[in-house]
Amino acid sequence: MEQTNLMVINGNELPIEPEETILDVARRGHIDIPTLCHLKGTTPTGACRICVVEVKGARTLLPACSTPASPNMVVRTESPDVVSSRKEILRLMLSSGNHNCAVRGRDDSDWTQFQLRVAKDDDSDALCPVWGDCRLQDLAYRYQVTGEGFQGTPARYPMETVNPFIVRDFSRCILCGRCVQACNEVQVNNAISFGYRGAETKIIAAGDRPLKDSDCVFCGECVQVCPVGALVEKDVRYHVRPWETEKVRTTCSYCGVGCQLYLHVRDNRVVKVSGVDEAPNRGSLCVKGRFGFDFIASDQRLTEPLIKENGAFRKATWEEAIDLVADKLKGIRDTHGGDSIGVFTSARITNEENYIAHKFTRAVLKTNNIDHCARL
Amino acid sequence: MTNTIADIEEADVILITGSNTSENHPVISAFVKRAVTRRGAKLIVVDPRRIKMTEFAEHWIRPNLGTDVAWINGMMHVIIKEDLHDKTFVEDRTEKFDEMKAVVEKYTPEHVESITGIPAEKLIEAARLYAQAPAGSIVYCMGITQHTTGTDNVKSLANLAMLCGNLGIRGGGVNPLRGQNNVQGACDLGGLPNVLTGYQAVDNLDAIKKMERAWNVTGLPTKPGLTVTKMVPKAHSGEIKALYIIGENPLVSDPDLNHAKKCLSNLDFLVVQDIFLTETARMADVVLPSKCFAEKDGTFSNTERRVQRVRKAVDSPGLAKDDWKITCEIATRMGYSMSYKDSETIFNELASVTPSYAGISYPRIDHEGLHWPCPTPEHPGTPILHGAQFTRGKGMFHAIEWIAPAEVADDDYPMYLTTGRVLYHYHTGTMTMKTEGLNERVPESFVEITRGDAQGMGIEDGERVTIASRRGEIQARVRISRKAVDGTVFIPFHFAQAAANKLTNAALDPISGIPELKVCAVKLSKGA
Repeated sequence: MEQTNLMVINGNELPIEPEETILDVARRGHIDIPTLCHLKGTTPTGACRICVVEVKGARTLLPACSTPASPNMVVRTESPDVVSSRKEILRLMLSSGNHNCAVRGRDDSDWTQFQLRVAKDDDSDALCPVWGDCRLQDLAYRYQVTGEGFQGTPARYPMETVNPFIVRDFSRCILCGRCVQACNEVQVNNAISFGYRGAETKIIAAGDRPLKDSDCVFCGECVQVCPVGALVEKDVRYHVRPWETEKVRTTCSYCGVGCQLYLHVRDNRVVKVSGVDEAPNRGSLCVKGRFGFDFIASDQRLTEPLIKENGAFRKATWEEAIDLVADKLKGIRDTHGGDSIGVFTSARITNEENYIAHKFTRAVLKTNNIDHCARL
Repeated sequence: MTNTIADIEEADVILITGSNTSENHPVISAFVKRAVTRRGAKLIVVDPRRIKMTEFAEHWIRPNLGTDVAWINGMMHVIIKEDLHDKTFVEDRTEKFDEMKAVVEKYTPEHVESITGIPAEKLIEAARLYAQAPAGSIVYCMGITQHTTGTDNVKSLANLAMLCGNLGIRGGGVNPLRGQNNVQGACDLGGLPNVLTGYQAVDNLDAIKKMERAWNVTGLPTKPGLTVTKMVPKAHSGEIKALYIIGENPLVSDPDLNHAKKCLSNLDFLVVQDIFLTETARMADVVLPSKCFAEKDGTFSNTERRVQRVRKAVDSPGLAKDDWKITCEIATRMGYSMSYKDSETIFNELASVTPSYAGISYPRIDHEGLHWPCPTPEHPGTPILHGAQFTRGKGMFHAIEWIAPAEVADDDYPMYLTTGRVLYHYHTGTMTMKTEGLNERVPESFVEITRGDAQGMGIEDGERVTIASRRGEIQARVRISRKAVDGTVFIPFHFAQAAANKLTNAALDPISGIPELKVCAVKLSKGA
């Protein structure tokens, strides 16, 4: 190699940009190095070691997410040593806690007893709540790993269900720390951190209190980044499976930030909301955008036109309602002039609808009395 | 915003004023917090309440309510006196500097302290910090605008930014945070009484002629219309006889609600088009059910002027219709045919008559939105405004004197009230209050007060009290809070049952017509 800004990954020469890690270079070159704890835009912790790679001349395997790329480096991402190391890490993760997905086998005790105990912990006879939507399960499948060969360890901490939005299932937590990074480095709410030590390690809020009694603002960034079933939306857990839903990308309808979000739809109903990793919000949402969608299917929605008669509303057809509104507005316009009518258009409806309201006001009502709630 | 949301992370100094960012724009607050914690940017918060953002601030400056022009003039006084202003920018890009300088001359830090309560030394430090930043971003919200001097406050912030050359650069700007999903778009597309779509003045006869041709009509009105805050009182006097209200709940969001209700009940005819039977809809003669955002196709324009797609995800309930369809049907029934195949057809028409949107189309924004102005199909959009020059050419300094708020505390009403939102609810609550979890977090209204003030009145945390102003009274539970500052209470305006806006003052800014929702005088009494 003559140029000094190149490295080799799996035999491919790839250019290096300043301050890139091995992982950055590989991703730019469309080479897949698996990660678990790595969270885009945050300080790499190298905690899970799933992304280890073999670097020529290095004495040990190195984590791709936190090892700077350097010129002339020669890297193998799926060498026998790498694969064996990844299998070992996955086996350890699978053997602790309630990872009762199909890939989890075990040989130390009765598999049925294990499933029954997990079902009891979960209060559900279904398999893991994120089955089919789990990075650990994906990797276990990819590397053909089961929990075999290790003693299963039961959950150390009970599940937290006392807040309205998020279930914290410590039995499925692999302590990758993505939630901690998301909370402290992405949303900077500083509500959760690693607590205790060694085998006791736990992700804690406010000196190990429930989220509702901490600085948590329920933005749900932690849920969105959790690669396993440790953090799941309360209303989604065991109620919604990803293969049952369709995602529709749209723009949030609360404040003016214009967060891009996916509405997850099942049977004509929005059942979950997640953030889109694009501008302006780059995946982040707030508690209203992520959890405040029940109004859409509320039984208090207006479903028919209403006309007031003798002080009480009665249901009406569209034809009746439109006729009445048009007649009244026309009568008032023709008798008192357009300026006796006002239109409040809305900061809540679309651009197209505002344009139509403004056209109607000027062209039909013949007044400029149109405004909206910008001032309020 | 003159700059983009992402651009906030490029700033060296961020000045937030009148924005409770972490509760009202939580995702933008994360950009600010990251700038501070990860990039070492310095934050100045100027706010009457000890809001969460103050925890990230180098300086928290606490002005008395309604004294914004004074502290901004004071900062400019310091900057000019210490020769910290951007003389090249002032020379090349602005005019009327001397007029402004003459006015700020008397706003010495000591004089400003006597008006604002901000210690002179604090003001000087903050002024130096902002002025010396290579890129300084100003972020503001309704705490700046909802005053009888709202327009003056905004112009003053623009003065400050121009003085330090912080416009047209990355990480700079004057950045208002829009409180509603499409307040930007409603303004852009003609939802204002003095301009047609694309801010074309209604008395600009060329624009009127162009629209008459495009719409195939004659006699478009050229006299500016009335703002919401003027239409409501004119309903009382009988000059306004009918209102067609779309997606708005003035009977919770307007100031001085008792009076607003009287005004609306005096109408000959009220039509309300909404997704719920709101407090306002209950007063209507006809209620028209419309679709919510998840049931619609279209676009919203966000606070950084980015036009983004809205897509239908679910069917609407019952007979609810698109807002545009309802309006078109009324128009057609009145004898002017308005009929469109879909929202994209409408968008193409509006783009053809709205210069700043002319280059935008659904295919172009399918994946990522575009920032207007975007005048041609090849134009990449304009993330940062005022790059080479201002819209009017040179940036004009305004010489502005501080004027006291319309109502000040006195012996009868000795406390100040300021209003706003909380994290867990949105505006008049019609949407957020349908989610149990959000109600669990904040179930009812409250009045936030300092421990000292509460003790002085013999009031306990959690006790129900009566809060009264010259216009009305409500009951709410006391919440003793570190956020509060002595002499001032805060009440969220979300809750119709204890509507803070029964207390607020309907006095208006003479130019923008915005009411002074952020300052009025109240008294608290035990018992409810």
